[in-house]
Amino acid sequence: MKPKLRIENVFKIFGERPEEALKALEQGKSKLEILEETGQTVGVKGVSFEVNEGEIFVVMGLSGSGKSTLVRMLNGLIPATSGRILIDNEDVTRCSAERLRNIRRNKIAMVFQHFALFPHKTVLENVAYGLKIKGEVAHRRREKALKALEQVGLAAYADSMPGELSGGMQQRVGLARGLATDPEILLMDEPFSALDPLIRREMQEELLHLQKVLNKTIIFITHDLNEALLLGDKIAIMKDGAFVQVGTAQEIVDRPADEYVAAFVADVDRGRVFQASHVAGRPVTVEQSEIGAAEKALQLMEKHNRNALYVVDKGKVAGVVAYQELAVAAREEGRTDLKEVMVTDVPVVHPETPLNELYAAASAGYPIAMTDSHGRLVGVIEVEAVFSQLSGCASENGATSGNECASQAKTQGSQDRNVQPR
Amino acid sequence: MFSPADLVQIPIDDWVNSLVRDFLVPNFRSFFRALQAPVTSVLNWVDAFLHWLPMLAVTAILTVIADRTAGRGVAIFTLLALSFIDMTGLWPETMTTLSMVITSVLFCAVMGIPLGIWAARSDRVLFVMRPILDIMQTIPSFVYLVPIVMLFGVGMVPGIIATIIFALPPIVRLTNLGIRNVRADLIEAAEAFGSTGWQMLWEVQIPLALRTIMAGLNQTLMLALSMVVIAALIGAGGLGLTVYTGLGRLNVGAATAGGIGIVLLAIILDRITQALGEKNSETAPSLWQTLCSLFSWGLEAKQEKDKTA
Repeated sequence: MKPKLRIENVFKIFGERPEEALKALEQGKSKLEILEETGQTVGVKGVSFEVNEGEIFVVMGLSGSGKSTLVRMLNGLIPATSGRILIDNEDVTRCSAERLRNIRRNKIAMVFQHFALFPHKTVLENVAYGLKIKGEVAHRRREKALKALEQVGLAAYADSMPGELSGGMQQRVGLARGLATDPEILLMDEPFSALDPLIRREMQEELLHLQKVLNKTIIFITHDLNEALLLGDKIAIMKDGAFVQVGTAQEIVDRPADEYVAAFVADVDRGRVFQASHVAGRPVTVEQSEIGAAEKALQLMEKHNRNALYVVDKGKVAGVVAYQELAVAAREEGRTDLKEVMVTDVPVVHPETPLNELYAAASAGYPIAMTDSHGRLVGVIEVEAVFSQLSGCASENGATSGNECASQAKTQGSQDRNVQPR
Repeated sequence: MFSPADLVQIPIDDWVNSLVRDFLVPNFRSFFRALQAPVTSVLNWVDAFLHWLPMLAVTAILTVIADRTAGRGVAIFTLLALSFIDMTGLWPETMTTLSMVITSVLFCAVMGIPLGIWAARSDRVLFVMRPILDIMQTIPSFVYLVPIVMLFGVGMVPGIIATIIFALPPIVRLTNLGIRNVRADLIEAAEAFGSTGWQMLWEVQIPLALRTIMAGLNQTLMLALSMVVIAALIGAGGLGLTVYTGLGRLNVGAATAGGIGIVLLAIILDRITQALGEKNSETAPSLWQTLCSLFSWGLEAKQEKDKTA
């Protein structure tokens, strides 16, 4: 896939003499040393990343980590000191003011932390602001702005003043204002951090929902790791102006790059980060109507050291048989029809089901079946795998099992791509 | 005793004398005379119009404006005060003063608001402008009356020019302040959507600074009114002249009557302009909507609002 946005080795130095600071950075001096020696503040140092079309790229960092500076460089609100920022292969750090304005009008919109709604304009006028700046005629403006307001569910408030709305509603207006010009890229600078926790959850879900329809390229800034893990297709952890780690939510939680990231992810609810597909193993099954199915099932279980095995009927889950029951029935009583022995009331989950919703399914005592949207069995989840993933076994168990965990995670990782239809 | 004056003496009076008498007056008198032209034409127009309108019409207009901006109480006050002035026999003088004030405030606004915007956009401009404004505000007006007479002559227009010098600083300062105080995140938002400098100014900065600008206009108006007596010294007419001649002839009665007229006019204009500023703070409509609400019964303003959406 072609990257929509490519950032190459971008630096931002605040101060009168950025060259000195850049030189000092080359010598490997820290942010604090540079501030003391040259009086220059390092905002962003040597950041590179790529964002593909339709992706949500989350930059997560604490205050002062340079994340707000970084996002403002993408649309030129803050000029970069050095490096290249390519939007559709066009370098915004080198284009003219006129061209930059055009990019801002048509390609890239922004949503702000404190909403930044114009208090003297109605909700509709606020949403239509970008369109007015572009020079759209009044009735087209109204039409498009109303459409954007409908998307965020606020069409009824078109003629209210922003001051009359609650915080969550104001940010919906901010989002609608960003969407009204139909930009390809949406920059969101901590859009939900000024909201109450419940409203924040609601907005996060709404953003994900909207994104499914709109498929924008989104750069999302946050200081909340849980928000980052929930929203991000890719997440960058930022510290002192540089990226510490870039990866998917699972990569960051599973294999933090250093102690800083590890400290962050330590108290993350892994049950929400990881999904069924991350712990599922390749299914070992027998076909229900096969001749000698019972004996084959027993052999398979012995071979793979399993206690239970799924029985399928043309790819679809038919039921599950436990080794002990099947062994008694088939080898001692001679009942070889799987249909009689198997349990048909089996726990079934989808690949996207988060681990913390697997508990109920796991309580049945059988491995959990993972099926795709057509009901085909695509994976089997052993209950132990769920627990080892939740406990983050790689870091807590002994050395050998730790390695095991890591390799297991790796194979699971490669399996993900096969099983999970993305 | 030794004092620095024993070493060096600075003949500042001679310098200024020679600067004004020998340089400015012979070389630039015609230039300064030409400067008067726009002031003269505006003043003549306003003055003629106000004197042409019957007393009842002026009273009615001002009362309606007061009612629409500041409310019933101020409207009743306006009606009574203007009737009172008419009964004291000072109506023509009041209209002359009003036209002087309107003309000087108009020029102050036309020059002061752009200057304030300019100062708000550049720290360097503000750095240069600030001491000049300080001098304009603090220097006693008698000091510049003489050079004004030498350069512009005597009469209404030089009086207005002296008034402009005195009354200009507040509107410049408050325009600058108002624009600088517009929230930085709103400026950033406007910029992020690709606004040009002008779009930013019209769409965001001026509407949001309007309340402060109106406060500046109010201050300018009050200063202009306080100058009418001093302007009478150099030949301006109106209520100021009534007070000034009353003073010269020890005619306490005439001076008091003129003084009361000035005070009443000041209160009416102050209440109306203040209310304009406050009205902005509540709903913060655009300048155009404010004007609409002034001259309509609210209907057109609402239609306009719907249209601009």
